[in-house]
Amino acid sequence: MISKSINLTLKVWRQSRGEKKGHLETYYAKDISVDMSFLEMIDVVNEDLTKIHKEPIAFDHDCREGICGMCGAVVNGRAHGHEKETTLCQLHMRHFSDGATIVIEPWRSRAFPLIKDLVVDRSALDKIIQAGGFISVNAGGAPDANALPIPREVAETAFNAAACIGCGACVAACPNASAMLFVSAKISQLALLPQGRPEGAKRVQAMVRQMDECGFGNCSNETECEVECPKGISILNIARLNREFLKAEFS
Amino acid sequence: MNWFIEIFRTSIGKKIVMAITGLGFSLFLLIHLIGNLTLYGGKELFMSYVEHLHALGPLIHVAEVGLLTFAIIHVVSGLILFWQNLQARPIRYKINKRAGGRTLGSATMPYTGVLILIFVVIHLLNFHFIDHSLQTAFQVISATFSVLPYVVFYTIAVIIVAIHVSHGFWSLFQTLGANHANYMPAIKGFGIIFSLLVAAGFGFIPVYVNFIM
Ligand code: HEM
Ligand code: SF4
Ligand code: FES
Repeated sequence: MISKSINLTLKVWRQSRGEKKGHLETYYAKDISVDMSFLEMIDVVNEDLTKIHKEPIAFDHDCREGICGMCGAVVNGRAHGHEKETTLCQLHMRHFSDGATIVIEPWRSRAFPLIKDLVVDRSALDKIIQAGGFISVNAGGAPDANALPIPREVAETAFNAAACIGCGACVAACPNASAMLFVSAKISQLALLPQGRPEGAKRVQAMVRQMDECGFGNCSNETECEVECPKGISILNIARLNREFLKAEFS
Repeated sequence: MNWFIEIFRTSIGKKIVMAITGLGFSLFLLIHLIGNLTLYGGKELFMSYVEHLHALGPLIHVAEVGLLTFAIIHVVSGLILFWQNLQARPIRYKINKRAGGRTLGSATMPYTGVLILIFVVIHLLNFHFIDHSLQTAFQVISATFSVLPYVVFYTIAVIIVAIHVSHGFWSLFQTLGANHANYMPAIKGFGIIFSLLVAAGFGFIPVYVNFIM
């Protein structure tokens, strides 16, 4: 089977290491199979660039199957592109039309300093986890099933929150560059389960303060994050985070 | 006081303060609207409402001081949040596209807020900080709204308030953590209906006074 190919014009943010300012550079991506992923498309462009001794476009990636959270860029103004619940590595070129112009920019946030081209430093998210996104006892061996009864809906809600891959698209998509969706997912996955309760108050207080310290913006409930999140994390988690914070501060 | 400062320093703390003061204003808007609706019942009904209101005596002053305090807190926190949010993205995107979450209300909160502040000052200069011994409240209203530019100005101002509340109402519940999959549609729906009532109820008063009364 011969798959369809398309030609594209790319406008990619280029900024070398240590450079204060970057710019959009135009490239032509020719004969791109529509079965390729977005990252594979950039691979093709990079091969051409290497052949003519130009610096390839730097971008983050790892699993390329939508589970690690490494990839990500703002494509035509949309974090991870315009497809719903899709990471950039899982975005396929069949969703673009022949002759289209695609503008590719890095995540923009004061808390995510740019390293090179499309690569940003997301260790601010790790710092928030280090502030309290864990349980400080050894988990031990797996307990017997149902030794600790947890209602199914609760377990499901916790599991849905745990689906967050820490990609940072919520920050990139938020008009205020707020990390509240990420933090709310990390709070919820523990707050909903009995193992997470004992440290609940301490955790939310520490994580929220760390989030503020990192320089993220303030949530104003724009709900853009929920739409762009590749894992469909719900803003109801943000309501839970606010609730946990209120409870912790007023007790 | 220390605990307040400690909470207010956090992002969520400032949001909680916005939500509580915003809820206060929303309740005030509702009471103010119900009171003003008496205008549609004619001069006598309206004046009896004004008399009843003034009969509350010191309570009125308590409410005034409360509203002023809330206003200062809401405005100051709102401006801090807005400033911080601008700082949080020093380099902007070349291409900005909405994913579908933002609304007219949510995207314009700081701007509608500042416009409301200007409106409230003018409104108080028109109706509050005047010599009440020379004219009744009703006379002031009919005099003001006989001027067409005032009619246009007040109607537009009230629509701006409604746009602010169209996002603010559901947002305050979300901020206070009082949100749940089952209630979200009801809270959002009520917020929209409330802001439409505010726009229609207040917005039509100047038109009614000018053209119909
Ligand atoms: C009739 C008067 C007003 C009412 C009923 C009102 C109501 C509200 C409500 C309910 C919220 C939502 C709070 C939340 O998201 O938790 C809000 C947010 C906001 N208000 Fe007001 N407000 C009024 C006047 C003002 C004024 C005079 C200003 C500023 C100059 C202002 C600026 C803001 C801003 C910037 C926000 C967004 C804060 C954020 O979410 O980050 N508002 N308002
Ligand atoms: S909440 Fe969604 S968008 Fe934000 S980091 Fe987690 S997976 Fe990415
Ligand atoms: S590369 Fe792992 S999620 Fe995209």
